[in-house]
Amino acid sequence: MSQYLLAVNHTPEGIAAMKAMSPEEMQAVFDATGKVNDRMQAEGVWVFAGGLMTHDATTTVDNTGAEPIITDGPFAESKEYLGGFWIIEVPDLDAALKWAAEGSKACANPVQVRPFQEEPGA
Amino acid sequence: MSDAREAVERIYREEYGRIVASLVRRFGDIDIAEEAAAEALLVAVERWPADGVPPNPGGWLTTTAANRAIDKIRRESHRDAKHQAALMIENREGHQPVGVVEDDRLRLIFTCCHPALAPEARVAMTLRLLGGLTVAEIAQAFLVPETTMAQRITRAKKKIKDAHIPYRVPDAEDLTQRLSAVLAVVYLVFNEGYLASSGDAPIREDLTAEAIRLGRILRALLPDDPEVAGLLALMLLTESRRTTRVAGGELVPLHEQDRGGWDRALIAEGHAIVRECLALNRPGQYQLLAAVNAVHTDAPTASDTDWEQIATLYSQLYAVAPSPVVALNRAVAVAELDGAEVALAEVDRLPLTTYHAWHATRANLLRRLGRSSDARAAYDAAIEATDNEAERAYLTRRRDQLGG
Repeated sequence: MSQYLLAVNHTPEGIAAMKAMSPEEMQAVFDATGKVNDRMQAEGVWVFAGGLMTHDATTTVDNTGAEPIITDGPFAESKEYLGGFWIIEVPDLDAALKWAAEGSKACANPVQVRPFQEEPGA
Repeated sequence: MSDAREAVERIYREEYGRIVASLVRRFGDIDIAEEAAAEALLVAVERWPADGVPPNPGGWLTTTAANRAIDKIRRESHRDAKHQAALMIENREGHQPVGVVEDDRLRLIFTCCHPALAPEARVAMTLRLLGGLTVAEIAQAFLVPETTMAQRITRAKKKIKDAHIPYRVPDAEDLTQRLSAVLAVVYLVFNEGYLASSGDAPIREDLTAEAIRLGRILRALLPDDPEVAGLLALMLLTESRRTTRVAGGELVPLHEQDRGGWDRALIAEGHAIVRECLALNRPGQYQLLAAVNAVHTDAPTASDTDWEQIATLYSQLYAVAPSPVVALNRAVAVAELDGAEVALAEVDRLPLTTYHAWHATRANLLRRLGRSSDARAAYDAAIEATDNEAERAYLTRRRDQLGG
């Protein structure tokens, strides 16, 4: 079994589209996403999932030097950033892609599928 | 000695896909499979010239390679990374999910043509692992430096390993879509061979032959799929005209080709498959293209061509795969049925201004309408848009034959 991160990246355009949604439309996206979570749990592939606050709530800690430096936000403005994710455990990439397709439909966003590094000795 | 070595290498190349696919299934690792196959070749080169070729050379090579792989894994089994592979030797059977069809090469071609790999990597991986071409040969075929091709293949293999792209035939739900990616790779290899996009050789027989070989393997593995059959028929019927397609360094268009030089055996085989497809009545784009080629190869002379049927087939194709290139091909048939003026009106509507065949078709229609200066400009644009020397030679001659 292998673990994959299904990452939902937000872009400025995506955020704008979401803000333009009516509360009912928003609720439909939440409900659909919740159903995918339920199915992942029922089929035993769900490890963890979460939605993140927008990137202006981000704080960067850099302790690679002599002492930790804490700064507001990411250093570099990027065009897209992580908005939410699932972590699933499935036999192979094909299985992960199927879940990504369901997740993408439900949350109305593209989903990036990334394998986790194998744990040493696993 | 060198004859014997050539014989060994010919057999090795023929059997390579089968050997590697079997080893990949058994050891779950492409690098181990390739290294072991290469070692088996060295053993064969050493022994066969003296001992004679074994009765089942493919089986011999596979067994030898598997033994080498096991030796290697045992030697290195203290290393963590190889430990898992060692376990696989003991404990492999029964762990493979059962796909729709079972064949090692079929599994491997679906891995090589996986949509998670870049399209150019799919072609390279298929030619390397199933076709047994060397990295240098693939690099040469696609006119990229060998280091670039090596990196492309290394990267694809790493992604297969890191992302756990499976070695199996996709389940029924995904099969049609995945199969179309496989067929696209095989057809791309064929087309690159049949009309090389650039380079000195207008036709690269090595690539057309390899694509047909892959097409035959797929047909043997998936005998009930009409598009697999359609693709093979399409390639056979196109290949049947290969030797008449270039003369004196110049491309020869279909209606000027010496039909006596067409390969009748390939045509007969292609026609038989097209008839099987018609009986199945589940048309798709490769079957329809094969049918168009069957109509052409059925006509004893160019003027006997059943253009009505060709226009109908292209209309059906447009319904399945609506693309301006299909519309362009249909317009060529329309020119024969309704005249150049009607066809030109259809052609001019198509958004294909960067496509050499669009300019060449326009040039031909304008020439037939006696619009020489417009035709000359269109020939110039067509020559500009292609890098194939034989095609440029033909277009240049046609342009220079235009009257005032």
